[in-house]
Amino acid sequence: MHPTNALGSPVPRREGREKVTGAARYAAEHTPPGCAYAWPVPATVASGRVTAVDGTAAAALPGVIGVLTPFDAPRLGASEDPTLQLLQDPRVPHRGWYVALVVADTLEGARAAASEVRVTYASEPHDVILRADHPDAYTPDEANGGHPGHREQGDPDTALSAAPVRIDCTYAVPPLHNHPMEPHAATADWDAGRHHLTVHDSSQGAGPVRAALASLFKLPEDGITVVSEHVGGGFGSKGTPRPHVVLAAMAALHYGRPVKLALPRGHLPATVGHRAPTLHRISLGAHADGTLTALTHEVTTHTSRVREFVEQAAVPARVMYAVPDVRTTHRAVALDVPTPSWMRAPGEAPGMYALESAMDELADALGIDPVELRVRNEPASEPDSGRPFSSRHLVECLREGAERFGWARSRAPRHEGPYLIGAGVASATYPVLVAPSTARAHARPDGGYLVEINATDIGTGARTVLAQVAADALRVPVGRVAVAIGHTGLPAASLAGGSCGTASWGWAVHDACAALTARLGSHRGPLPAEGLSASADTTQSAKQKSPYARHAFGAHFAEVQVDTVSGEVRVRRLLGVFAAGRILNPQTARSQFKGAMVMGLGMALTEHSTVDAAFGDFTENDLAAYHVPVHADVPDIEAHWIDEHDKHLNPMGSKGIGEIGIVGTAAAIGNAVAHATGQRLRELPLTPDRVLTALHGSA
Amino acid sequence: MHQAGSGSDPGGGPPHSAPDGAHRSRVTLRVNGTDRDLDVDHRVTLLDALRETLELTGTKKGCDHGQCGACTVLVDGRRANSCLLLAVAQDGAEVTTVEGLADADGTLHPLQRAFLAHDAFQCGYCTPGQLCSAVGVLGEAADGQPSHVTGTAAPSGPVTLTTDEIRERLSGNLCRCGAYNGIVEAVAEVGAGMNGADVTAPSSSAIPPRPDVIV
Repeated sequence: MHPTNALGSPVPRREGREKVTGAARYAAEHTPPGCAYAWPVPATVASGRVTAVDGTAAAALPGVIGVLTPFDAPRLGASEDPTLQLLQDPRVPHRGWYVALVVADTLEGARAAASEVRVTYASEPHDVILRADHPDAYTPDEANGGHPGHREQGDPDTALSAAPVRIDCTYAVPPLHNHPMEPHAATADWDAGRHHLTVHDSSQGAGPVRAALASLFKLPEDGITVVSEHVGGGFGSKGTPRPHVVLAAMAALHYGRPVKLALPRGHLPATVGHRAPTLHRISLGAHADGTLTALTHEVTTHTSRVREFVEQAAVPARVMYAVPDVRTTHRAVALDVPTPSWMRAPGEAPGMYALESAMDELADALGIDPVELRVRNEPASEPDSGRPFSSRHLVECLREGAERFGWARSRAPRHEGPYLIGAGVASATYPVLVAPSTARAHARPDGGYLVEINATDIGTGARTVLAQVAADALRVPVGRVAVAIGHTGLPAASLAGGSCGTASWGWAVHDACAALTARLGSHRGPLPAEGLSASADTTQSAKQKSPYARHAFGAHFAEVQVDTVSGEVRVRRLLGVFAAGRILNPQTARSQFKGAMVMGLGMALTEHSTVDAAFGDFTENDLAAYHVPVHADVPDIEAHWIDEHDKHLNPMGSKGIGEIGIVGTAAAIGNAVAHATGQRLRELPLTPDRVLTALHGSA
Repeated sequence: MHQAGSGSDPGGGPPHSAPDGAHRSRVTLRVNGTDRDLDVDHRVTLLDALRETLELTGTKKGCDHGQCGACTVLVDGRRANSCLLLAVAQDGAEVTTVEGLADADGTLHPLQRAFLAHDAFQCGYCTPGQLCSAVGVLGEAADGQPSHVTGTAAPSGPVTLTTDEIRERLSGNLCRCGAYNGIVEAVAEVGAGMNGADVTAPSSSAIPPRPDVIV
């Protein structure tokens, strides 16, 4: 055996060939013999009760197998998530909530029959519009991620009133939609003879899907197999089981036919979670030298009446800057809206947009360079907890980024014809999370190795990086390691979310391979025909509370051009520098950083959803109305990182990288627009109508 | 599941009602060089015929509304959103999907190789559409078809595929993972290496564009 250095190498994606040849199969691309198709029927009122579902016309159509309604659908067992209690209750908590399911022999038949289902409602008044002064706003005990809803240190109000310089601003981030390219889909197949349910699901974690299905359908977990081999993106919206997989399984069990259910794109905004809108009020107090004396960040957001989800947007202010008197608080309003959930960097993305915009406004007010202002407020320990950072290289990211971007040269706003050109900067942060996982490593007599773990590759390159982790732990070339993931028959592992997949799975893979290496070291003679195996379970190590505050940091720089005629903002340059521990695969890591920056570009300029006051759900419910960035919106992006050696993380020394790329992007672009135009827009996205109004006043 | 037997009367048969009452017709599609005889429900899109009937699942359904480009295939050499085409209207059409880009011996198309080299995807779901669309772009540029960003002063003849040209021409193909930089690099590399070599679909230049194909 020879030492290898797979980690840190740009090892190509293992499933690359399957993806470029079309051989990679996603959840809806399995068609068992006799497969039927399901099409759900969404509610057309925002609040009320279903009084009747008339499926007569639908059921009379050729090939229709059945129509399930809240009055006759099979009764489900318990679920932690009430959004999975489908067709159990005539109550309609929001528009788009499913009120019937049609199953037919063909996709076309199911779709046509769904349009023939007649639903009658007892409609009630609804309340769907979030306002900062909504009378029902409350302070939740916890926000998403288990963070306290409210934190206060010192006396921020007094400190603010005493501050020599003050900024007091409000910012707004609209509802945003994950919109992975693969709509949520599942194919469920019930084998009555074996009493076994097999489900192909588009999910960020097959394990939690199996657990939920077992509870809902009162089946033993070992009577269910969930496969999530290839997943066409998730960005949080497939992080937990979603309604489609429950409906597919319900229909398969009820009708005794394999059932495929792929959600229509237009259903996604109301059924799979969204980033909740956030209204921010930020007050900063500072000395004339820019040193912060006080900070308050108050976030108001909506949740649904079905399940509380509070976007933890005030949390990053607990991490970022040295400030003695600080209040960070969340207020939530439960409305008759679809249930919000995770979308890439929940909390950090909208929270850092607001905080980093406010820091830019403070820099403007003080006449201090925005990079320098941030450097001057670098804390010695995590402000909220007082714990030392395991590693924090924000200042290095800012300095490196400024150098690479040519920040000093870009500080003079300029004209080019009708264009105003400006540059902006923002910091980024994302916590280091880790979850328990198990893995098994197996050595074959032919010199090959197999690593098994129920990890999920949603496009991150998980298969590839886990092979790299294994190869180095086994001290063999990466080509000799096969990796099996995406199947509940494999050792249980955490889901692909919270930027903690690689850390959590990699840790278990590392430990299993280290144990196997030890076994091989003490083994004498040729391996037995069945090979040798070793397993690992990181429950103890991953749950151990660290004495350190562990976060990744980054700095974003953007150059924009603002068209004074059309109001269009275009990003000319976008550059990020990240300090995220050891980068395990520079090729896939760069793609993740850059991809998240593209999503941040969308958040800044194009992505915008609206809760319709009259109808109660999202107006922008397809990809023609909800504008994700396209090729023409995206310039050459630069993603860099600095070497960070942090011994307080995991055996690989890595921090998560899937989300931090979005975190500072919107603020950097917004700050660049303010720099270019001299006008501050405080509501995203920065669409031409808003920019023109800011430039020329309302017509 | 409704595929007609290989010995049945292919192509151009009159519409008929199947026992289940759906309006159906027999059509023949030439898919990746092989004639496929189908008895299709008139509501079936080309996309669903490929995915559900022919089990060519490489072509993806992202929106089913012509808004995302994931379902892009080549129809008679031109790129098209297959979700916007009814299979019954494509009788006799030559369809190339992502499964048909590589050679029969498995040698990848230059674009497929370039996508791998430039890490031009993450989740892979938009990739088949990006690839088929890029094949179309190479053909359109070689044929001298201008785009919105082609200067009016540009000479006639083949269009040079600058990054601006590629971005403009591929903007109908969304990628939520944000792999756009890699895709543009890959297409630019192949475009620059064309030098008259045929890297487009097998039939792209032989058959004139059909007016009913939505690009």
